[in-house]
Amino acid sequence: MWDYTDKVKDHFMNPRNVGKIDDADAVGEVGSLACGDALKLYLKLDKDGLIEKATFQTFGCGSAIASSSALTEMVKGKTLDEALKITNKDIADFLGGLPKEKMHCSVMGREALEAAINSYRGIKSDIHELEGELVCECFGVTDTQIRRAIHENNIGTVEDVTNFTKAGGGCGRCLERIDEILKEELGAKQAKAPAAPSKVLTNLQRISLIKKVIDEELRPALQADGGDLELLDVEGKKVLVSLRGACTNCPSAQITLKDVVQGKLRELVDPEIEVVEEVKCTLSI
Amino acid sequence: MHTVYLDNNATTRVDPLVFEEMRPFFCDRYGNPSSMHSFGGEVGKDLKTARERVAALIGCDPSEVIMTSCGTESDNTALRSALESQPEKRHLITTKVEHPAVLNLAKHLVKKGYHLTLLGVDQDGALDMDELRDAIRDDTALISVMWANNETGTIFPVEEIAELAKSRGVLFHTDAVQTVGKLPMNIAKTSVDFLALSGHKLHAPKGIGALYVRKGTPFRPFIIGGHQERSRRAGTEPVPSIVGLGKACEIALENIHHENTTVRALRDRLEKGILSSISDSRLNGHPTDRLPNTVNISFKFVEGEAILLLMNELGMCASSGSACTSGSLEPSHVLRAMGVPFTFAHGSIRFSLSRFNTREEIDFVIEKLPPIIARLRSISPYMEG
Ligand code: FES
Repeated sequence: MWDYTDKVKDHFMNPRNVGKIDDADAVGEVGSLACGDALKLYLKLDKDGLIEKATFQTFGCGSAIASSSALTEMVKGKTLDEALKITNKDIADFLGGLPKEKMHCSVMGREALEAAINSYRGIKSDIHELEGELVCECFGVTDTQIRRAIHENNIGTVEDVTNFTKAGGGCGRCLERIDEILKEELGAKQAKAPAAPSKVLTNLQRISLIKKVIDEELRPALQADGGDLELLDVEGKKVLVSLRGACTNCPSAQITLKDVVQGKLRELVDPEIEVVEEVKCTLSI
Repeated sequence: MHTVYLDNNATTRVDPLVFEEMRPFFCDRYGNPSSMHSFGGEVGKDLKTARERVAALIGCDPSEVIMTSCGTESDNTALRSALESQPEKRHLITTKVEHPAVLNLAKHLVKKGYHLTLLGVDQDGALDMDELRDAIRDDTALISVMWANNETGTIFPVEEIAELAKSRGVLFHTDAVQTVGKLPMNIAKTSVDFLALSGHKLHAPKGIGALYVRKGTPFRPFIIGGHQERSRRAGTEPVPSIVGLGKACEIALENIHHENTTVRALRDRLEKGILSSISDSRLNGHPTDRLPNTVNISFKFVEGEAILLLMNELGMCASSGSACTSGSLEPSHVLRAMGVPFTFAHGSIRFSLSRFNTREEIDFVIEKLPPIIARLRSISPYMEG
């Protein structure tokens, strides 16, 4: 029996916002019967573009239902951009935590939200999702998804890759490949990462370390996806940046900014760093 | 809240009579049967009685029973012994639906250089005997087939398989952990070489099992140390547990008819009650060749763990072969091997009864389950239209 928090139990026993919205503005669907869980998320916007109503239909275990219910509560009243900032970790935190074997349920919530907003904005999300090499045939998980999960959730073991993405949770044939990907990603982190500072940094040291992490670690990754990032200023622990290239149009830009950029800087420079997007570049490639 | 316990294939309650029989061996009669003094030596007689009771239940000679710590140890001992005693033979045959105690060990042995044939099953969970016959090779050391499946209760024709193995000069082991105490057996009349059983599946405590080894079968001990169990399994005997297992076997033998009449009737009542009142539900496992206490039913478009959680709220205990309960994420390997479609496989629940279940409990489940399934289906995205 899983050890669920009272909040998970409550959202499972009394799920909020169940059902569909017939005239929904956005619908996002992820998962499948074969995978053992699936979530359909419906969003209705008001005239100001705020999410007025969010409902769900879920096939899955207790935490899949609870995560869906939590998600619908979390997005209400937000703009789509604000909603997109919700990470799987936020969903899990909202519920007071999920057993680690169930983290993939929160990931499913985040993916459904992304799918809904992408479809609303006319972006084909499955093309994005299916990018990369298919690693786990049992659950249709690509290396792109695995790499992303590793970075966003600071994953360090194959087991946790399975917990967050389900890859490797079936026949196990893909476990070796997952291990390779994990080593590649962790190796890349270590090889490129300047050692995390052990002592308190002076302002100057902090700025140059931030610059180094951005130049050596973050920009190459963003550039590989056709985007870019510019460091504009550092005010104490506030880092002002501007997104460039494909990133400006990417619906996941805010996620990139908070999860990837801020996450990395917090990890390698200072846990209190705040990343703020200063100037929105209007140019796009 | 009254607990309706229908998960007896997972484990059973210790029968109070078994517990009473064990009690003196903790604080009063605690001597070591290997001791030279009579305080310990006396206990040896109780071990002898226990062994006789185990032998009586399965129909063999007491000297053919080795006490072990559990069913898994019994299975491991049988497989390893068969391979070690015939070093020139490198091939092993078993099925895709075995318990992990056999299946995972077999897969591990492949990494050690052994060859393995895994037999599939049909949609009722039954084996294809021709496929088995064809799989036997000159270097086959052992065939291991469970007597009945723990998830579906489907019974395998082990007597027939044992005969076939014998005719080809191959040793045969059966994991009978779910079968002992539920079906009458007379192992002496068969050609079975090894048989594994476990105490906690028949109302004895956890942590005790036994392995039957036919007289004359080459044997290599798995646990090596002292001379206990005639040097076939070292380690000081857990006397209270062995005594408990003996008593449980005695009671099981007395109840074997009850198991196949009263318990079976309750199981059938449950099965019919559920299948007739819940649409899109189906039976997994053989319709007739099935353990009298087991029924496995799938509910379309809902997931097993969610069902279990809602059942749990009302005090009902069962088990799910689906993904999320086990920590692995795929539906059970047994249901997949049987080709149960995904639409059903994720929503499967195993109900396993014991002689302690009552008709009121069964009726309670029949009444409470339909709204649970309906409630989950009302959330499911697949139920519309
Ligand atoms: S291919 Fe990944 S678990 Fe089967």
